[in-house]
Amino acid sequence: MTQVSTGEALMAYDEVVAAYDPVMGLEVHVELGTATKMFCGCATTFGADPNTQVCPVCLGLPGALPVVNAIGIESAIRIGLALNCEIASWCRFARKNYFYPDMPKNFQTSQYDEPIAFNGHLDVELEDGSTFRVDIERAHMEEDTGKSLHVGGATGRIHGATHSLVDYNRAGIPLIEIVTKPIVGAGERAPEVARAYVATLRDLVKALGVSDVKMEQGSMRCDVNLSLMPKGVAEFGTRSETKNVNSLRSVERSVRYEMCRHGAILAAGGAVTQETRHWHEDTGITTAGRVKSDAEDYRYFPEPDLVPVAPAPEWVEELRASLPEPPAQRRKRLQTAYGFSDLEMRDVLNAGLLDLIEESVAAGATPAGARKWWSGEIARRANAAGQDVSSYAVGLGVGPALVVELEGLVTGGRLNDAMARQVWEGVLDGEGSPTQVADARGLQLNRDSGALEAAVDEVIAANPDVAAKIREGKVQAVGALIGQVMKAMKGQADAAAARSLILERLTQ
Amino acid sequence: MSTLIRTSAAELASILATGEASAVEITQAHLDRIAAVDDQVHAFLHVDAEGALRSAAEVDKLRAAGDDVHVLAGVPIAVKDVVVTRGLPTTAGSAILRGWVPPYDATLVTRLKNAGMPILGKTNMDEFAMGSSTEHSAYGPTRNPWDLTRIPGGSGGGSAAALAAFEAPLAIGTDTGGSIRQPAAVTGTVGVKPTYGGVSRYGLIAMASSLDQAGPCTRSVLDAALLHSVIGGHDPMDSTSLAGPVPAVVEAARNADVSGMRIGIITELTGDGFQLGVRERFDSSLAHLVDAGAQVVEVSCPSFVYALAAYYLVMPSEVSSNLAKFDAMRYGLRVFPEGIDDPSAEQVMAATRDAGFGDEVKRRIILGTYALSSGYYDAYYGSAQKVRSLIAADFAAAFEQADVLVSPTAPTTAFPLGAKLSDPLSMYMQDIATIPANLAGVPGISLPCGLAGEDGLPVGFQILAPAMKDERLYAVGSALEQRLHHAWGGPLLHRIPALTETKEA
Amino acid sequence: MADLTRADVDHLAHLARIDLSDAELDRMVGELGVILTSVATVQQAPTEGMTAMSHPLPLVNVTRLDEVRPSLTPQEALSGAPEVDEQRFSVPRILDQD
Repeated sequence: MTQVSTGEALMAYDEVVAAYDPVMGLEVHVELGTATKMFCGCATTFGADPNTQVCPVCLGLPGALPVVNAIGIESAIRIGLALNCEIASWCRFARKNYFYPDMPKNFQTSQYDEPIAFNGHLDVELEDGSTFRVDIERAHMEEDTGKSLHVGGATGRIHGATHSLVDYNRAGIPLIEIVTKPIVGAGERAPEVARAYVATLRDLVKALGVSDVKMEQGSMRCDVNLSLMPKGVAEFGTRSETKNVNSLRSVERSVRYEMCRHGAILAAGGAVTQETRHWHEDTGITTAGRVKSDAEDYRYFPEPDLVPVAPAPEWVEELRASLPEPPAQRRKRLQTAYGFSDLEMRDVLNAGLLDLIEESVAAGATPAGARKWWSGEIARRANAAGQDVSSYAVGLGVGPALVVELEGLVTGGRLNDAMARQVWEGVLDGEGSPTQVADARGLQLNRDSGALEAAVDEVIAANPDVAAKIREGKVQAVGALIGQVMKAMKGQADAAAARSLILERLTQ
Repeated sequence: MSTLIRTSAAELASILATGEASAVEITQAHLDRIAAVDDQVHAFLHVDAEGALRSAAEVDKLRAAGDDVHVLAGVPIAVKDVVVTRGLPTTAGSAILRGWVPPYDATLVTRLKNAGMPILGKTNMDEFAMGSSTEHSAYGPTRNPWDLTRIPGGSGGGSAAALAAFEAPLAIGTDTGGSIRQPAAVTGTVGVKPTYGGVSRYGLIAMASSLDQAGPCTRSVLDAALLHSVIGGHDPMDSTSLAGPVPAVVEAARNADVSGMRIGIITELTGDGFQLGVRERFDSSLAHLVDAGAQVVEVSCPSFVYALAAYYLVMPSEVSSNLAKFDAMRYGLRVFPEGIDDPSAEQVMAATRDAGFGDEVKRRIILGTYALSSGYYDAYYGSAQKVRSLIAADFAAAFEQADVLVSPTAPTTAFPLGAKLSDPLSMYMQDIATIPANLAGVPGISLPCGLAGEDGLPVGFQILAPAMKDERLYAVGSALEQRLHHAWGGPLLHRIPALTETKEA
Repeated sequence: MADLTRADVDHLAHLARIDLSDAELDRMVGELGVILTSVATVQQAPTEGMTAMSHPLPLVNVTRLDEVRPSLTPQEALSGAPEVDEQRFSVPRILDQD
């Protein structure tokens, strides 16, 4: 029976890292974005009504048999290649036998000692720009379980529930489990390394296009194994396995928490229990789950209902050749090409704008312009709507071509910057293309040089103090006069032309 | 008793084609026979008179309209209860599935339906096909129509007995270690286990996935070939299904040509372990084959002595995993443990599996759980899988020297009900001659070769062929059958004692 | 070697989720012992150099296209369920998440 224990003793983090070296093992499950399940043709649509995407196979009905989804295998190989793994020339599925109500056959079809991909690595970049290499043990194919709704206890909690309601829509959805080798040597940066690893892996999988890797929807889930060994000791300590840590922040926090918890136990002369831990996002702590005992015996054996997978070497090479550029490399390349500062680049990445900017530049926009338009008003609106910019933009029907068009109106001299902002808002309000919005709103720079000269002279005359400063060489004061000219011309002045005219009048 | 029920499927096909009898008449004749004798035989767990007559009527309508129909359209069939049938109860002979009505059809059932073959009902069997006597059915044993005090073989005793009792002209069986062939042997009928992968396993409630194979149960070799052609062939729903076309089994059965063929007697499957009358009938059958132009050689398969042991590790291991799904959560029986308030899912699973599974099933599940446990895997499951390789190698070597291999199908004739129930090992010995074919995946047939002198009960003659050479079974089987019928003056089943028709239809 | 104790069988029965009665346990210890002794003969077979054969036929790479096929209706899916609630399979309380 689960004991929900709280308030366990924790050691200060500084003390932990001074006395112990952490060892981590990360197991990440990625739900593939295939149209159908791993072993049957049921759809995988997220959020469908319960038990509407089930068939004899994924319900585990007597007599049903699995058939492997070809894209499941291809995706697994592509992930393996992107993680610099060797790809098995011959491997099998295995049955992992254990009873659980959300698992229809009471065995999970998985892979055991013959994973499709093994012995790889992933270089992750840390905050300070240094790189940490995480060695990959294996990536293997398996299937997801159904989902249980626990009824009768505290809301949604398994503990104290009187019964459970099971929906098998998720049962059989393809998963790739990616397991690291023990990560040693991260020291005090272990929590950061863990987070960076998961983030890098997420970007990589996303770039491959094999999964939408939405941690909040559970399409990427992380289990964190952690143990401590006293400094100078080479033997690993007893580990805990924190299950379902489902955000980057939680990965970092749970590693830190477990380090402090283990530290306190070890420092008090105690022994860490080998057990499953549950992570509580709200309170930021882990609690004890099932004790892993020797009685745990999954009785793996080769799945007799499936035949071996033997990817042809030529096919694997084809897949290798078609891998996308690694995300980290691409980011570096584009930052250099676009001339973004580190700060600008970070903002772009945090807002998830790189793809849109790249597409806009490809369509003819300037990098600076593309960055400006995608990170401004639309980002604000997307954020308010709780969406990322690209899906929000897709929803609005706004794409790179409109950014190119808008920028053209500015460089072509029809709009100034302020007008362009108004136009963009109109576009986002659904009033049409930038040209249509500018036409409809009558936005057009005033090209009448007489009017500009009159306005400039008027403003100079009305602001003798400022004019004097400029005459004395304080050129930066010109901004104040430009603003006045704009105002006088109802915003339709060409700011650049106004600036040269003012300077011409006052410095020559 | 209508003569329609004693007619072979091939003859029924021509009767239907010429319009001498309708599918409804033929189906009704069999339903009447079932009603009249099945309370003695107990071959059926469920009879679907309404469904069978409806599909027979449809076929009659199509024929009347001049539509092209399958040659067996309108010939009724009985289906072993381990095969799932949409809308018809399917229990696999187990209490844990009592009343379960599947929402889908096995591929082979779809093929029967597409061929227009009315399904008479579901036949009795040892629970989950585990047994050699049909006494391990949760619904009571089937009796051998030759002698109602004796077993009809197993696990497919229901299908074999239905044929011998003239309750069905055709039936479907499944064979994991001999469950088609051994019942055929002890009931004087014909049973074929095709090459592994030759008939789709989709919709067969799995016992041991790497050994299970469905096949035809009939009263003649030609009928088996006709049925084999209906149910065989590639199925994309079964990953282990063979890709090629169904071997030319009907042609082989019709030609019955064995001239120049080398027939290999398996040394290890003859001699002392076999009842005298079994050996005698086997030997005299060989003489018929020589007479037909075949050449008899003796071949040795030394690893076959390990086959039974390997089988009783591989099979239970797969059983332990395949039967885990019966857990009271999604379908079937749900039993709450006594004396526990508010039991957990785990406790309900354990109570249900104790109550819902019979002794033999539990024995095999526990044995398989043990064989797969860490620490024992290599010694048991691992070694058994290596023995499988040895047996496959023995077959390969033997088929260098002979085109087909032969042996008696079972070591004895039908034994009395209850005789081996308390001694699992002696029950397991019934399959000594049939198991090697399952381990290696090669096809086999059993056909009647006479009555044992000492007890007057049928003896089966087994023929094995290389994988995907199923047609050889039919060529040799048909040749032997022709000569035996000639010698006997008709099929062996003409000599079966008549059953009392207890109920008038 | 093939000595199965009562505790062993009890443990195996638990792994297999079968709540054997004491009488069943007693009986099965004996029966399984006999069977195990018999099947242990596989260890005497000359298997040096043999590969483990998990499958009768040397098939590889059997896959299907990633194309959606019709699912069962929820009514069909739930038709055999001992208990149904909210279009879901209702099951007794579950002890702990894996």
